[in-house]
Amino acid sequence: MSLDTDQNEIVVQVDNLSLEFTTSDGPVHALSDINLDIRSGEFISLIGPSGCGKTTLLRVIADLETHSAGDIRINGVSPADARRQRAYGYVFQAPALYPWRTVRKNVMLPLEIMGLPRADQQERAARYLEMVNLTGFENKYPWQLSGGMQQRVSIARALSVEPDLLLMDEPFGALDEITRDHLNQQLLDLWRKTGKTVVFVTHSIPEAVFLSTRVVVMSPRPGKIIDVIPCVFDKDRTLDVRETPAFLEVAHRVREGLKAGHSYDDD
Amino acid sequence: MKTVFKNREISVGLGAGLLVLALMFPPALEQTWRQIPNAIFGVAMLAGVFALVAIVRIAPRMTLIAQLLLLLSALRVALDIVHLDSVQGSGRLGLWLWVSALGFAVWHVMKGFSSQKADATPNSLVDRIVVPALFGVWFLALWEFITTGLGIPRVLLPSPSLVGESIAGSLNVLGADFNQTVVRAVIPGFLMGNLAGFAAALAADRWPFLGRGLLPVGNLVSAIPIIGIAPIMVMWFGFDWQSKAAVVVIMTFFPMLVNTISGLRSSTPIELDLMRSIGASHWQTFKRVRLPNALPFVFNALKINSALALIGAIVAEFFGTPIVGMGFRISTEVGRMNMEMVWASIAVAAVSGSLFYGLLAMAERRATFWHASFRQSP
Amino acid sequence: MTMTDKLFREGALLPVLTVVLSIIVIWYAGSIRLNSPQLIDRYEKNGLDWTFAELAFDAWEMERPVLPSPHQVGIELKKTVIDKPFTSKRSLVYHAGITLSSSLLGFALGALLGIGLAVGIVYVSTLDRSLMPWIIASQTIPILALAPMIIVVLGSIGITGLFPKSVISMYLCFFPVVVGMVKGLRSPEPILIDQMRTYSASATQIFFKLRLPSSIPFLFASLKVAVALSVVGAIVAELPTGGQGGLGARLLSGSYYGQITMIWAALIVASLVSASLVAFIGIMERIALRRLNGGQAALG
Repeated sequence: MSLDTDQNEIVVQVDNLSLEFTTSDGPVHALSDINLDIRSGEFISLIGPSGCGKTTLLRVIADLETHSAGDIRINGVSPADARRQRAYGYVFQAPALYPWRTVRKNVMLPLEIMGLPRADQQERAARYLEMVNLTGFENKYPWQLSGGMQQRVSIARALSVEPDLLLMDEPFGALDEITRDHLNQQLLDLWRKTGKTVVFVTHSIPEAVFLSTRVVVMSPRPGKIIDVIPCVFDKDRTLDVRETPAFLEVAHRVREGLKAGHSYDDD
Repeated sequence: MKTVFKNREISVGLGAGLLVLALMFPPALEQTWRQIPNAIFGVAMLAGVFALVAIVRIAPRMTLIAQLLLLLSALRVALDIVHLDSVQGSGRLGLWLWVSALGFAVWHVMKGFSSQKADATPNSLVDRIVVPALFGVWFLALWEFITTGLGIPRVLLPSPSLVGESIAGSLNVLGADFNQTVVRAVIPGFLMGNLAGFAAALAADRWPFLGRGLLPVGNLVSAIPIIGIAPIMVMWFGFDWQSKAAVVVIMTFFPMLVNTISGLRSSTPIELDLMRSIGASHWQTFKRVRLPNALPFVFNALKINSALALIGAIVAEFFGTPIVGMGFRISTEVGRMNMEMVWASIAVAAVSGSLFYGLLAMAERRATFWHASFRQSP
Repeated sequence: MTMTDKLFREGALLPVLTVVLSIIVIWYAGSIRLNSPQLIDRYEKNGLDWTFAELAFDAWEMERPVLPSPHQVGIELKKTVIDKPFTSKRSLVYHAGITLSSSLLGFALGALLGIGLAVGIVYVSTLDRSLMPWIIASQTIPILALAPMIIVVLGSIGITGLFPKSVISMYLCFFPVVVGMVKGLRSPEPILIDQMRTYSASATQIFFKLRLPSSIPFLFASLKVAVALSVVGAIVAELPTGGQGGLGARLLSGSYYGQITMIWAALIVASLVSASLVAFIGIMERIALRRLNGGQAALG
């Protein structure tokens, strides 16, 4: 099967990557011998049960954790350099908005850190809040918004640094299914419009299959990649695609992969 | 007991019953009671109207306000009566039944204003003030009733009205005491102690080794009676305000240190990860995330310290002062059994303490409006 | 688990020792600095030459120092704690006993009053709205200033001894207990209370099976604050009784007679009394929480 991003340049290159934590009970192999190339314009989902290292892998890419063996390059440089160049935007599990800043000032935060002129900061905040359909809420405080709106603000904040790479760690995990479906559709539109590379951590099979160009199935102890499943659906797909046989087939393969990892036996 | 107070009718009924009983028994000695028929007649009228309005309850809110006004005038009249020469010190069963009836009425009105809050009327702020204010008025009135009605000796417990007269009569002295204790000792000491504590916390944050050592020591200090250094400070810095300010500095230092250290540690990992992911420097993270998160803790320390500072300065004055100052006034007037003046000083201390606290609470509300304890939900 | 325990587990012993050692070093240095003016005066009056070593040595051994050196305080402590029989009026143990008994009585009364008020406030909403603001206001006034008056007034109607002093401690103690217990009794999630309702539990059952157990961690946190305050209250209450006994009386007589070493010794004993009371409550807390959590390590 071939994807139209096959010839694109490699954005994230992971070679034989391993990560060990030392705990009081001895070393824990959070990641073991991971190999993965992510090309420009791809939408990659990392899926697996808790403890499989999917979030850890994302955090290594973001230089929030340091690997213990192997190599990882972001646009050909180390994660630390990529972080300092603001090469990626990171969306956390929780919105992580600062309650003392208005919605606009929250989106402006990374831009302040980058030292952008004030007018640019404001212009970008307005633009990306519009992109996530939050125009009109700029002067509200985060705690005056619903959970879904808060998460959209945090997506706008990640986009505002205009990175080519978007790292998302279960961004919709805490939301109800209706809101989640809605945001999935919005995220897909956004990805299509901007052509960004997305690495997306989730534990929902339908979400992963619906959003991704490739689904990376992982298993725990030690955290490793079991299967990489391409999903070739129409670019203009809507939520209805989830009812099609092709979709169900891919979803089935993901589920089989998760089973093969014995992920639930010892959990 | 719970059901009694839950049931408005029973509460009103009990109040009304007490009122009727109060009208049947003489409030003072028989012969003196006969000398004041007009005033009692007025009270009976008011009480009757009050009971009627309480029972009718046509429009709850208007009724409540009417009840409140009637209650206040009833209290006013009752206070006048208890001050009549013929009643002072010779209160009998009738007076106390009457006072208990008023008590029930106060409870009833407070209850009315409290339960209003459930349907979130726009006046809820007023209600929030009315209820505690009424409680305060009742507390003072009861104090007045008891001290005057029973004729309690002034040296034991002067009535609020006597204390009030004493305050009005000695504003100069009280002002000088306030200046000596609050303006010259408490305020500079408070500022210096808090600043030093905050600076030490910043240092402890910058050099974690220092923090790991200082925090347990700071916690230990919070368990010891630090006020005991007052005599030492008086010996070192002399009788004047400097020694009091020194006590205040030491007392306020540790709460600020301990609170600020915990506040600076209160940022969540995800908030710090975010700053790291956008490549923020140490200083940027400190200024934009960790300091704002520490603010509620800092204000907590300021509020604790506002009470400690006043206590520290006053107690330090017990160990020696020039002949001015609130602590000095209290200890000398106690010696002379001039209790009105003692209570007047305490009242000044209480009002300045509450104002100090209130100002800090207002500043806190402005600075940390976003904190969960102040938020108004969407 | 207290903050202190947690820190010790994280290897805070070295930093704490460093801080304590630097305090002692600063103390010795301070004692040279503060005592030297008098000494230099004396040297010059007697026309003596002096070296810094001599100055330091004399400063640490001065008869009536401005700041006694740590070992002088230590010697004073040994003299008044170990050498004197406990029943002697010059034994600090005797005075500590007086302070301890009145603070414990005040602590017990204050804790009971606080718990009672908290239950009332949680169950009767009118009390919550009328009383709570005044309970907070009661602590913004310097209640210790009332100490001399309460002692004298209660004394004049024939109540003397332990009780008047305990009243002051009680007043200081009840506040943290009220605040902590109100928070604690309200801490169960609404869902847990609803669950009790589905069992059609009575109000008493909800109180004893849910609200009370949930409030225990809050109660102990408050009790630790309260017990330290009770010692402060007892000491301040002893000031106006002048010399009758107690650590506060020792502080006062030390300040009358310019015996600064005596003040330091009394202060250190007071700190020890207070810190061990807090530690004792901490131990009780750990036992109670362990029992409550079925053997799991206590939180917070």
